[in-house]
Amino acid sequence: MSTLLEVKDLKVAYGGIHAVKGIDLEVKQGELVALIGANGAGKTTTLKTLMGMVKPAGGEIVFDGKSTTKLAAHDYVKQGLVMVPEGRGIFSRLTVEENLLMGAYSRNDKADILHDMERVYHLFPRLKERYKQLAGTLSGGEQQMVAIGRAMLSRPKLLLLDEPSMGLAPIIVQKIFEIIKMIAAEGVTMLLVEQNAKLALQTADRGYVMESGKVTFSDKASALLANEKVQQAYLGE
Amino acid sequence: MDIFLQQLINGLVVGSIYALIALGYTMVYGIMQLINFAHGEIVMIGAMVTITCINLLVGAGVQLPGPALLLVGLMMAIPVSMFLGYSIEKIAYQPLRKAPRLAPLITAIGVSIVLQQAAMLIWGRNYRPFPQILPSEVHIIGGAAITDLQIAIIALALLLMGGLFFMIEKTKLGRAMRATSQNPEVAKLMGVNVNTIVSMTFVIGSALGAMAGVMVAANYDQAHAYMGFMIGLKAFTAAVLGGIGNIGGAVLGGILLGVIESLGSGYLGDLTGGVLGSHYKDIFAFVVLIIVLVFRPSGLLGERVAERA
Repeated sequence: MSTLLEVKDLKVAYGGIHAVKGIDLEVKQGELVALIGANGAGKTTTLKTLMGMVKPAGGEIVFDGKSTTKLAAHDYVKQGLVMVPEGRGIFSRLTVEENLLMGAYSRNDKADILHDMERVYHLFPRLKERYKQLAGTLSGGEQQMVAIGRAMLSRPKLLLLDEPSMGLAPIIVQKIFEIIKMIAAEGVTMLLVEQNAKLALQTADRGYVMESGKVTFSDKASALLANEKVQQAYLGE
Repeated sequence: MDIFLQQLINGLVVGSIYALIALGYTMVYGIMQLINFAHGEIVMIGAMVTITCINLLVGAGVQLPGPALLLVGLMMAIPVSMFLGYSIEKIAYQPLRKAPRLAPLITAIGVSIVLQQAAMLIWGRNYRPFPQILPSEVHIIGGAAITDLQIAIIALALLLMGGLFFMIEKTKLGRAMRATSQNPEVAKLMGVNVNTIVSMTFVIGSALGAMAGVMVAANYDQAHAYMGFMIGLKAFTAAVLGGIGNIGGAVLGGILLGVIESLGSGYLGDLTGGVLGSHYKDIFAFVVLIIVLVFRPSGLLGERVAERA
């Protein structure tokens, strides 16, 4: 498997506070990698830096063989780097359909876009029923479906998911994770940031554990699940 | 003559002009929560450039029918205003994108004053008459008079507003504008170049403003370097009245303000027993604004903006 994303010694500082203190991270083609850790460990900051929303203070990010440091924020999606932001970030006064079309904003292949729309509607029949409805009127779970569907329309090479379970009822979280597995099965490479460590590691191939801006463990997901220290600190066992 | 119908017609004419200008305020506010106080000056410059062009053409002995001359003038004025709107944003507002909101507001007032003074240097401090090139045929409908020019103003304004609605609701650019106004950070993730969207907003608003400026000048037969102040303030009022940031609100607010002001000025003398004449019509605009804002602080069509998810 070839390496899709390689992060070396990444450092991020927000106004004097070092949120990420030199981490190494790697995502291979076709993998589902989980990044877990407590609140404030630097997970979301790491994702935002990968998307160019935050500028790194040091280190290197190589995606698909190219350094991303020179890219403008709106160019990331064209490289295949796509994020489902924390809190879903849907456009609440756009319809479901318009939200999905925003995912295809940087594409011009009309026929393929329509085809991908159908695929998303097939994955989420709920969205097809409500395609003319304003996205802000949907339930939290449905909004998360919009956010994931919208990301699919960007044709991601690497999909970054930031806390997809946040604010959702447990039964909906289960559903969202089933969908994540389905998307992974289609061959989409994913990096998943999640506070629900157990669920994330049960879903992922590999995992990284972050603690106050540093990676403290990295291993196969099954190995992390079995690791006593990880269990004590993050899995509540 | 029927005063009510007459004032209603006049009000619709002025109101559709207010609406066109109000759209410029509301679009910019919707995208970047900025009151572009220089917008009134863009309107003024649109009028001034058109008048200058027509005068030059007529002075050079160009034999064209009036409406064709006007069209040529507009074709010059619209790009000038568009370029001006674009430059103002790049020079005065973009560097302040992350500054506290008070800073760009003060800058906007500064830009407005600079443009007023520049216009005075170029065009002088006197009223510039609008060239008498348009047919002044008057139609009588139900006891009220309406000129060809007034019909043309209402028709063109409706056409422009319809075009803008279509652009915003149905095109990719319009969708990106709405998405950006709701959540610029996420729009960027989708590949939207927010700077381009902001520029487009200024350019489109300025084009509408330039045309509105020419309508004002043609309707009142004159233009003036300071005209942008009051017309801008009225249109801004209209935008707030309708709910700033809301496109439909700007149109509703503009037309409503024009009609109320016009009817008010028609009856003001009678109502006050001659104490206040029709030249006090401006108080109507602002009294209406105050009343509406007391009962609906976010304007007629404005909603309290939902929290960003």
